Amino acid sequence: MIDILKAIAAKIDEEKDYLTELDNEIADGDHGVNMAKGFDAVVAKLDAMAGKDIGSILKTTGMTLVSTVGGSAGPLYGTAFMKAGAKLAGKNEMDGKDLVDALEAAIGGIQMRGKATTGEKTMLDALCPAFDALKEGIEAGEDLKDALAKAVKAAEDGVEYTKTIKATKGRASYIGDRSIGHQDPGATSAFYMLETLLANI
Amino acid sequence: MVGVVIVSHSQTLAEGVVELAKLMASDAKIVAAGGLDDGTPGTSFEKIYNAVEEVYSDDGVAVLMDMGSAVMTTEMVIEAMEGRKIVMLDGPVVEGGVVVALEASLGTPLEELQEKVDEARDTKKLDN
Repeated sequence: MIDILKAIAAKIDEEKDYLTELDNEIADGDHGVNMAKGFDAVVAKLDAMAGKDIGSILKTTGMTLVSTVGGSAGPLYGTAFMKAGAKLAGKNEMDGKDLVDALEAAIGGIQMRGKATTGEKTMLDALCPAFDALKEGIEAGEDLKDALAKAVKAAEDGVEYTKTIKATKGRASYIGDRSIGHQDPGATSAFYMLETLLANI
Repeated sequence: MVGVVIVSHSQTLAEGVVELAKLMASDAKIVAAGGLDDGTPGTSFEKIYNAVEEVYSDDGVAVLMDMGSAVMTTEMVIEAMEGRKIVMLDGPVVEGGVVVALEASLGTPLEELQEKVDEARDTKKLDN
């Protein structure tokens, strides 16, 4: 899990300017920089977490994001990681069913914190279809990697879908119809996380 | 006296609201929690947490937030301080901040402050 989180941090850092550029087009342009700052702080704590269970590692990740991101992604991803961590408390390995449970808890946390649902041009438009695809695959008996690959594809499609809709949540909602045509930065960062998880599992 | 915390993405905006409120209510217990720890724009869990602690008493604390993560981060602070008397008020930060500081300094209880903020929101500045 520590390696996966480090890989996510590296990916976010690599895409920092792109995420900020996407955010600049429709909102306040802080997503990339904020996320990179948050994950830098997470990485600084990870080595001390070696040997801890997955739940504790994810919980620490979430709390660190809340304290350091500074934009909406802080409380949203922070809550998501904390909820996923609570679901995986005490576990040192994660199977398909665990990932389904953790992602479900994470999405529930984001919906609760952001009072958001799908179709509002947010990270949920990547995460919810990914969850549906993952759950379907795991329940059909597919192995984790195959099911997760489908989830990543669904998230990617979700990111594309955000270009077609108007933002009704978050800062981007202030520009209304003018947000159509732009890709949502939150959905994009959520897709990067799932893609990195797949590549490192 | 109810304590008041102004949460904004901008440190200078939050401090400005406090400055303005103090003109009307110099003895109000009102503090700013704007921006990140280094002063750059954003909302900081620690700053909000510490601000609430600073003005907290048994009378409780009212928090006025600007938008987005200011609201969500304040929610998380309140969850972390579970059991304490802290209320988020929904309304304009500037007008609401002034009215709440004034009312709090005059002894208005926490439970009645949302109503005062609603009045501040509905007060017209122009006659037409």
